[in-house]
Amino acid sequence: MRLFDLRLIIAFLFGVYGVVLVVIGFGFTTDEDLKKAEGVNINLWAGIAMVVLAAVFAAWATLRPQFADTDKEPLKEL
Amino acid sequence: MSILAEADLRLDAGPIDYALLLIYFVVVLGIGVMARRSVSSSLDFLLSGRSLPAWVTGLAFISANLGALELMGMTANGAQYGMATVHYYWIGAIPAMVFLGLVMMPFYYGSKVRSVPEFMRRRFGKPAHLVNAISFAVAQILIAGINLFALAVIIDALLGWPLPVSICVAALVVLAYTTLGGLSAAIYNEVLQFFVIVAALAPLTIVGLIKVGGWQGIVEKVTDKEQLSAWPATELTGIEHPVWSVIGLVFGLGFVLSFGYWTTNFAEVQRAMSAKSMSAAKRTPIIGAYPKALIPAIIIIPGIIAALIVPEMAQLKAGDTSSGVAYNDVLPLLMRDLLPNGILGIAITGLLASFMAGVAANVSSFNTVFTYDLWQDYIKKDRPDEYYLRVGRLATVGACVLAIGTAFIAASLGGSNIMDYIQALFSFFNAPLFATFILGMFWKRMTPTAGWVGLLAGTFTAIFIYAISEPSFGIELLELPGQGASFLGAGLAFVVDIVVSFAVSLVTRPKPDSELGGLVYSLTPKEDRAHSTTGDDAGWYRSPALLGGGVLALTTVLYFIFA
Repeated sequence: MRLFDLRLIIAFLFGVYGVVLVVIGFGFTTDEDLKKAEGVNINLWAGIAMVVLAAVFAAWATLRPQFADTDKEPLKEL
Repeated sequence: MSILAEADLRLDAGPIDYALLLIYFVVVLGIGVMARRSVSSSLDFLLSGRSLPAWVTGLAFISANLGALELMGMTANGAQYGMATVHYYWIGAIPAMVFLGLVMMPFYYGSKVRSVPEFMRRRFGKPAHLVNAISFAVAQILIAGINLFALAVIIDALLGWPLPVSICVAALVVLAYTTLGGLSAAIYNEVLQFFVIVAALAPLTIVGLIKVGGWQGIVEKVTDKEQLSAWPATELTGIEHPVWSVIGLVFGLGFVLSFGYWTTNFAEVQRAMSAKSMSAAKRTPIIGAYPKALIPAIIIIPGIIAALIVPEMAQLKAGDTSSGVAYNDVLPLLMRDLLPNGILGIAITGLLASFMAGVAANVSSFNTVFTYDLWQDYIKKDRPDEYYLRVGRLATVGACVLAIGTAFIAASLGGSNIMDYIQALFSFFNAPLFATFILGMFWKRMTPTAGWVGLLAGTFTAIFIYAISEPSFGIELLELPGQGASFLGAGLAFVVDIVVSFAVSLVTRPKPDSELGGLVYSLTPKEDRAHSTTGDDAGWYRSPALLGGGVLALTTVLYFIFA
């Protein structure tokens, strides 16, 4: 049984994190939060970056599926 | 071990932060459950069936080293010593990682050994093997315990959970996914952890940089301008004379300590051994070297920034200790001051993730050495593979239980420095180990007796130097502050090991050539050391030598920029 594709897990985790942070950044950012981070809406920007990361991994996993081009023999046991 | 001082570091974590943390735990355990389906033999469990792609093993290679003790320690060094801290990442890691990939991996992977101690057994026989296997296994348990204890102290300071609760919860989570999915689950989680740590540190660095006025702001505000350049790092080494300081860095840190650590530490090498081909195994440490070279940007720079913008940290730097903070508190203080809820939860998750991955690396390398090198070699030979798979799983449970025990011992010692000493001592064992390996790989005349005698002689040298230079032992014959003593101890241990091994080899009998194929350079045909260049290993950008040259060039350029 072959191992599942890690790239999809990374895409999933950062997709969820990204969306949550973007929602917080848009809808639930107080002036106090902004002041803490020097006026930067850090939740929004970090969230966008995470969504992009998730998209990159999802695209990579889709375009180059795992094991598609592996034709090598499994290693022999000792 | 005073990881965190008495200061109040309590973070204002809200429900959303806990929710993000919880999501991470669910994914981590999910990886364990899913990885279980791919485990059908002991090799699957203990070495991922040698099936992983190079980018996965490469990131896991670096992540296994990016434990939270390292994170806290290196941000602290950044605050205390400034740019000189980059030596731990550049000269103290990159050359050794490239060397492991290009020079040593052909023997480790090509000989099909399942662990570093097993290489020792095949090359030098049982006495050297037993010394190596037992000391490694003991060290991993103790270090796992130290990691657990450190984790609990930080959770207590940040979130107010009692020590026993965090020790047990963290150990149970690690236990759950490593027992289920074995090394595959540990490695997959290490890769995930790498990204979470970056996601935690990058926003912290960016907000910090904006607050301090960018790189220009740092240059203007740092009062001791020497801290803006990497060389000669006299403060870091504790060696006053700049030339000797540079020599100490290059030979002590850059050669002996770093080659010893990166090339013989099975917790690291195991990640490369689980790669799916010789090419992928060679590329593993080299791919890991790229993030290693770049990550100081989000570890050391926040440290420098903290010393400028966190009031307590600036006071400490000016010599005023009244606020009760220590340099190790850099990350929690920055998180407290700069991150709003939401991203704060990610940062907490990153810290926790890095602790757990550290413990998982210890546990997953321990169970392999225990199962193959101790149980199979000395206790129950020739059982069917399912038997050893079961032993591997039980060893994982045992390791976690023992690590919890060690963590509680550390806690009952009041977080005493004893655990720190133990960790320092084991780090010295690496230098003689590297000497023995490198001599054994390139000199076929080196005998089995020389293997274990040299190792013991080198190790005792390291312990001796440590004992006479550590102030708290009261027999301080050598006075070397900073890192000087460990550079000297490791350097001498290396030399003594080489000299003793050479002398003993001349008067004892070597192994016949027929038993050394694949283990010694001159007796391994070139094609056995070469890697395939077809299929998944094709393409110039997958050439280990080219990638290795690239990261060495990158590091050199970085040194020029931050000289």
